[in-house]
Parts: sequence; structure tokens; C-alpha cells
Amino acid sequence: MYSWTRRGLPLSDFFLPAATLWQRELVRFWRQKSRVLGVVASPLVFWLLIGYGSNDLARFYSGALVLTVMFSAIFSTISIIEDRREGFLLSMLVSPAPRSSMVLGKILGAATLAWIQGLIFLAFAPLAGVSIRPLELVSVAAAIFLISFTLTGLGFVIAWRMESTSGFHAIMNLLLVPMWMVSGSLFPMSTAHGWVKALMWVNPLTYSIALLNHTLRLPNAAPGAVESLVVTAAFGLVLFLASGLMAAQKATHSAA
Amino acid sequence: MIQVQNLTHRYGDRLALSNVSFEVRKGEIFGVLGPNGGGKSTLFRILSTMMVPTAGRALIAGHDVERDPAAVRRHVGVVFQTQSLDKALTVEENLRAQGHLHGLRGVVLGERIERAIERLGLADRRHDLIETLSGGLRRRVEIAKALLHSPQVLLMDEASTGLDPAARRDLSRHIENLRSGEGVTILLTTHILEEAGRCDRLVLLHQGNMVAEGTPAELRARIGGDVVVLQTADTALLASKIEQRFGMRSVVRDGQVRVEISNGHRFIAEVVEAFPGAIESVGLHKPTLEDVFVDQTGASIE
Repeated sequence: MYSWTRRGLPLSDFFLPAATLWQRELVRFWRQKSRVLGVVASPLVFWLLIGYGSNDLARFYSGALVLTVMFSAIFSTISIIEDRREGFLLSMLVSPAPRSSMVLGKILGAATLAWIQGLIFLAFAPLAGVSIRPLELVSVAAAIFLISFTLTGLGFVIAWRMESTSGFHAIMNLLLVPMWMVSGSLFPMSTAHGWVKALMWVNPLTYSIALLNHTLRLPNAAPGAVESLVVTAAFGLVLFLASGLMAAQKATHSAA
Repeated sequence: MIQVQNLTHRYGDRLALSNVSFEVRKGEIFGVLGPNGGGKSTLFRILSTMMVPTAGRALIAGHDVERDPAAVRRHVGVVFQTQSLDKALTVEENLRAQGHLHGLRGVVLGERIERAIERLGLADRRHDLIETLSGGLRRRVEIAKALLHSPQVLLMDEASTGLDPAARRDLSRHIENLRSGEGVTILLTTHILEEAGRCDRLVLLHQGNMVAEGTPAELRARIGGDVVVLQTADTALLASKIEQRFGMRSVVRDGQVRVEISNGHRFIAEVVEAFPGAIESVGLHKPTLEDVFVDQTGASIE
């Protein structure tokens, strides 16, 4: 149905819309720099209070960093709901750009923002007694990007069908925050009670936290390094594909 | 240019569009007039490929909106009722992003942007953020954006809603220029009579049904003659008396009795004479599209 040959380079038909969306996310972010404060500040305060309170900043560091990334990913994807009703996404829905390129642009853009904010949080690592060697920075940054991509995909899947932002807030409180709580961010899997431990095993976020602990050489990384990487990457890929499929569906109701 | 054939749409049990058929010719300004909830937005969503219909079909520039939306999207520019601009970006940035969505770039895109900015008179605001623009200007940017890929058809949903009369006139001037200058076919939905009156042809939609079709003049001529509006304390009583005495159908609405009649001035004299003291005020006007709508449906548009 979609003709590759009719209009110029096929690659530009796919990547140009994705790139312009990605760029749009960055430009918007740059123009609303106060957003950084909102996203980074609350996990930071949270981390400092609980870390100094329990006299163990290192244990809660990875959890707080993932929370920063999660807040940013939620913040970006929640905007889909409004953006589709009255915003730029509306014109995207009636443009010939493939939906998959739109999904790629939106998720990569939002993931980049989450990544930048995760990196900002990384600047506080010395407080946790973590020292990162220059070469390690590459693997840490890559791990944070992978987690950002995964959580943005999760946000997209939740947001795409939502009618209102209040529904998203409910899901955030009932699903996302509890998910974060039983991911090894607050307590290690080794000391958890039976059924909570089982929850932790099936929680993809557990593997994100573990991945970060491994790359930062922090303790309490229950799943192994390779396992953490594979599960996080697989989860991210599944969410990305699900986003693409959802967005490609034809609407019979008023999507906007 | 646009063919709508037996188009029907349901939201669950609710019938939003029922067996609507019409055709829009090339270079026409075609209006879809009706009250909110009449089915205009549903029709617009289907034509703009945002939603597939329950039954029937619609073709734009020969392409089926349901089966080949990608082809339709290349030929159609869409102006939404709600804003579809990124408020945090400038006018030019919005246009550039829109061009990219249509696979335009480089020199070609640059030229298209220049032309769009020029023909909608946005040159001095091109570097302004959308959030700093007035409603009328934003609407012009929306149109500039919708025209960037040189579509043959422009679909506009309630484009002049929320604009002041000056901005509204300005907008219709731009629409007229598009049609006469570039031969763009325009379909617009509206509940504003003045705007509908400027269209070449119209359909009237009420509760999902097409109740009339024609040029504004043809539609007004259906009523013929004049509309006499009578104000009275007991409208139902007066209406039935008029029916008895003159054998004429009248419509009671908003505390008024409306009568359509060919020689209004003569009727006024007779009716006032016939029911002395009962009539508080009398009005006479040439039929408007509102009268046509009331005549066909018993309901009002605005």
C-alpha cells in the first residue's frame, strides 16, 4: 500500500519524520529547562533523606537514579495524551509519515531526555562513594540509556490508549511506583519475604536496577550482569514493538 | 474531488452519521453546516483519515480514505478545530517539522515555507513562538502548515470558532484567495451561519442525517418569500389559531411563533387585525440559513 518508489528516498520518508520528532523533544526541553529541576530534584531529596537517614547512601543510589529516569519518561509520555488531542501529534496522525517512524521519534526523543536527566543525577555519584573511571562512563551511560528507552516504551504503551491524564496518574500510583518499590531500589531481593521476592523476580525493573548496580560496582545486585542486560534489553524491545503495533491500529473511535 | 457515499458511523450504540452522501467538485468551497453534535466532527474525522467509518465510503482525489489513507494524506491538508501546533516552537520551526513529516526537506522545503509564510501574511512573525500569537494568527499558521505539501484539498474543522469577527473575515479572505488563486478545493465544517453563507454549496447535517443540500441561495429559496416572527404570551395557542384561521403551518420556538409566507407584509396586517391585543411584537425578515435549518428540523443551529 505504501509505495517506496513514488517519492524520493525511502529512507528520508521514514527517518526524516522520526528525526524531526526527536529534535522537537530536545528543543522543547531546552526551552523549558525548569523541567530538569522538577524531575531530578524529588528523587535527589528522597535519596538524600533516606540515604543519610539509614546511613547508607550507596544502597539507594541506583534506585534513585532509576526513579529520576522514570519520572522523566512518564513526564514525556504523559504529554502524548494531550498532544494527540490538541497538539503536534494531531497533525502527525494525518500525515503520510509511517506510524512506526512517529513512534521511533517520540520514544527516542523522550528516552534521550530521560537519559540526560539520568546523567545529571550521575553527577551525585561521588556522594554515594562511587567513583567512575572514564572508560566506565561509557558502559554506565549506555546502561542508563537502555533503561531510559525501556521506561519510555512503558510510558508510551500506557499513554497511547489513555483518554485523560488523570488515568495515567492512577496507573502511575498503582503500577509504576509499586513496581519501582519492589525492584531492589529500597531493599535487596535476598532479604525480601516469599511472595515479594517472587514479585521481584518477575519485575523487569529489578533487572534495570541490577544492571545499574553492576555497571557502578555497587552491592546487592541480585540477578547477574548478563541476565540483567538481556532482560532489560528484551523488555525494551517488546515495549517498543508493542508501541509500534498500537500506533498502527486503525481507529474506529475518536482517538483525538 | 471528494465523494461521500452512504457514509455511516456508530460510536457503540449511538448513530453519529447516517447514510450521508454528497460530492464536492474541484475548486469548490463546500460547507457542512449543523449544530454541535450534528455529525460534522465525525464526518471530518473520517475524511481526514483519523477514523474509519462503520459503513459506506469516502473518496478524496480518487483515493479511498479507509483503504488507502497514505495516498489520501498526501493530497489533503487538514486544519483542526483544536490547535495542532507546538506552542514551544516558532512559526517557522512548526512549518519545518510539518514539511519533514511529508518528506520535504532542503531547498524545496525552504521555498515552500517562504511561500506559505508569504501567502498567509506571517512574514513578520516567523520567528515568534506560537504561544505568543493571537488566536487569529495561530489559525493562519495552521492553514500555512496544512498547505505546505501543496494539497489539492483542504479540510477545515470549525476553523473560525473562537475568532473575533475581524479575524473571521480575514480568514475567509484567505480561504477565498486559496480557491481562486490556486484552485484548492475546500471543505469546511461550521455552525456559523455567516461562514456557511459564503460557501459555494452546503449540506445541512442534523443528528447525523443530511437534511438539505444546495447553494445558500437555493436553500433560502426553498422557504420562499418572508419569515414572520410573532412574539406572544401563549405561543401554542397563537400557532393553532393561525393554523385554523389562515391554514398555515407555523413553528414555535424560543417563545416565538414563526411563519414562512410569500407576502409577509400583508400577512402581518391580517394577523394583527385577526388577534387584537394578543401579539406583543412582530418581525419580518428574508429567509436565512437558520430559517432553512429550523424549517427542515425544527431545531436551531447556534
